[in-house]
Amino acid sequence: MSANPVRRIYFDHGATTPMLPEVVEAMRPYFTERCGNASSIHSFGREAKRALEEARRNVARLINADPSDIVFTSSGTESDNLAIKGTALFEGRSAGHIITSRMEHHAVLESCANLKAAGFEVSELPITNDGFVRPEDVEEAIRKDTVLISVMMANSEIGTVQPVREIGKIAQAEGIPFHTDAVQAVGKIRVDVKKDNVDLLSLSSHKFHGPKGVGALYVKSGTRIGPILHGGGHERGLRSSTENIPGIVGLGKAAQIAARDMKDCADRMRDMRDRMIDSVLKTIPDSHLNGHPVNRLAGNAHFRFDFIEGEGLVLGLDTLGVAASTGSACSTGSLAPSHVLLAMGLRHEQAHGSLRVTLGRENTHEEVSYFLDVLPGVVSKLREISPFSNEHPNGDDEGGSSVQ
Amino acid sequence: MGMTKVVALYSDKVMDHFTNPRNVGEIPDADGIGKVGNPQCGDVMWLYIKVDNNIITDIKFKTFGCGAAIATSSMITEIAKGKTLEEAKKISRGDVADALDGLPPVKMHCSNLAADALLEAIKDYETKHKT
Repeated sequence: MSANPVRRIYFDHGATTPMLPEVVEAMRPYFTERCGNASSIHSFGREAKRALEEARRNVARLINADPSDIVFTSSGTESDNLAIKGTALFEGRSAGHIITSRMEHHAVLESCANLKAAGFEVSELPITNDGFVRPEDVEEAIRKDTVLISVMMANSEIGTVQPVREIGKIAQAEGIPFHTDAVQAVGKIRVDVKKDNVDLLSLSSHKFHGPKGVGALYVKSGTRIGPILHGGGHERGLRSSTENIPGIVGLGKAAQIAARDMKDCADRMRDMRDRMIDSVLKTIPDSHLNGHPVNRLAGNAHFRFDFIEGEGLVLGLDTLGVAASTGSACSTGSLAPSHVLLAMGLRHEQAHGSLRVTLGRENTHEEVSYFLDVLPGVVSKLREISPFSNEHPNGDDEGGSSVQ
Repeated sequence: MGMTKVVALYSDKVMDHFTNPRNVGEIPDADGIGKVGNPQCGDVMWLYIKVDNNIITDIKFKTFGCGAAIATSSMITEIAKGKTLEEAKKISRGDVADALDGLPPVKMHCSNLAADALLEAIKDYETKHKT
């Protein structure tokens, strides 16, 4: 492993994506000469307001929503908080039942935990071994006092695309608001809030080549929801704060480009992804794919390598210039590995050996080839260091003194 | 997945020992073996020592774990080689971390097992050579 990589390859698009030059260009004037506050009535203000509404239309078009149903926020996390707390706590409610799943992002799980501490009850639905929430489990969990159902559209780690349409139908039939955290899905797969029977949908700009620090919540008109930020009443009263015009313009541009290029990009990424999965599973012994083989985001490959630990993998790849990520505990600073992998039924030691590769539109087959060239060496080097192997899966037969 | 954060916190020395670990392997006729950690927690370290005339003449390790776990294993083999058992017993977790120019705080507890593994290996040697 060379300490000075000659090249850098970015395979961590699930974490964040590079901004497209067109997005940067679209934003630029709104930092300086078009500095208006969208609430001002002078020409600067009107200019900002026009940009705000154009961005709203572009975001709405990407998910087949009405523009008036888009609320701009600062992030996917804020959108999740607003959807969940804003619905649950609507008009002074202080108790009730919320249904979510064990594979949600922390923004959803922690929002629910916060409500639980305040007196709400939360059902976290289990996950199948290949990474799905089952609509029948949602149906069974519904109670008379259920105030919200929140199930993500695509999983952030293993990329599995959830049966949102079926869950939305169930929620609609019961008259329960349905929220989906679509942060990993929007811009990558076709999203249609009307067909998917969604009342609330979170999205984040930087996951599809827009700027960081801006997101949106789709709020179907008529949804019973209140703000969590109080102030001047911006964004239909749901999100007070002077609008982040440059960020919102960037999000709008990124949404426009995503709608235009989605199919081509997804087809290319799927090709690269499938080639990567085939090759890794074929050339590296004791390697596995986590999650469903086909029903996953086009750019997501999530591997597991027996006998080694994921942070070492990520570090080893990084020294060779490849940026990927892992669900291992060692990378998160907590003792437990990824809650998603554990919810899928993986044992702790299996979850530790995971590697997430998330491709983006700028990646090439040549980069995939380089990755496929270097990965086997990184894995075998770590296996040489590891006490575990097929002969010693847990290694406990050579005597010696041991403490745990 | 806060990968970049952790990587940025590793010193050059940690990265050097992770990238080029010293004394990897097993000693088939080891005089003492120390095993610490738990695969569930993500860090397991096996340390093998040869002892001659109260001096650690050879030392090798095998480690399952993160970059810090591998680097501390590698580092302790360098520190302990040639030391008397009494000197080796005094090597602390802090000594290993210092020799690596420090470890990220989050790694100090879970991945800094090398000193414990060395103590276990010496204990194993002493148990076997009591008579």
